[in-house]
Amino acid sequence: MRKSFGSIILNVAFRHLTPFLMLYGVYVLVHGHYGPGGGFQAGALLGLAVVLVQMVQGTRAEWRIGVSGGIILACLGALIYLAIGLAPFIWGGNFLDYGVLPIAATPAEARALGILGIETGVTMGVMGVIIVMFDLLTRDNGEREE
Amino acid sequence: MEFVQIALLLVQMVCAVLALTSRDLMVAVILFAAFSFCSALLFAMMGAVDVGFTEAIIGTATTLFYVAVIYRVERRSSA
Repeated sequence: MRKSFGSIILNVAFRHLTPFLMLYGVYVLVHGHYGPGGGFQAGALLGLAVVLVQMVQGTRAEWRIGVSGGIILACLGALIYLAIGLAPFIWGGNFLDYGVLPIAATPAEARALGILGIETGVTMGVMGVIIVMFDLLTRDNGEREE
Repeated sequence: MEFVQIALLLVQMVCAVLALTSRDLMVAVILFAAFSFCSALLFAMMGAVDVGFTEAIIGTATTLFYVAVIYRVERRSSA
């Protein structure tokens, strides 16, 4: 987005608000086992944090991930999901059956860690897709991203 | 609790009709955000906290997308 519509008030407000938004996104991700939340919501929150910074500061934004960066992020998330999902095949389990993974003492702990890995992949995918959607909607005609 | 739910549903109906008949696209988008927030409150009230949380976040995201698109097109709708 070439022309930002941020004033000095919006700029200062989002400079203080965005770190807490990203921290809340990470909290929603890692606390998804125990309360409401999970990978999709955390990814939407983290993507919104990046998109808000781009909206307020325009092309001067520090966290400018861009279309190709967003696509790489989303595909990396899908790759993490697939890798963690396929890993139990090596130890004789089924797809997404993390209980057999030798990463923790008990199968319950291994399942919790596996779900956290899966949710991390989902978070990266959703965050990348939201950033790509916003960049494609707001870029100028004829402008080439990266 | 019943009364609050009925009031929220009435607010939703008013918001939906006004958003459909409004000529100004920005007004329609803000009314749609209000509609989305009312439905998030309803979901949370009926015990589906996860669904309400998702609805609140996605309502914010779609509002952001619509506002970003309105800055590129005509704000007044012709028809």
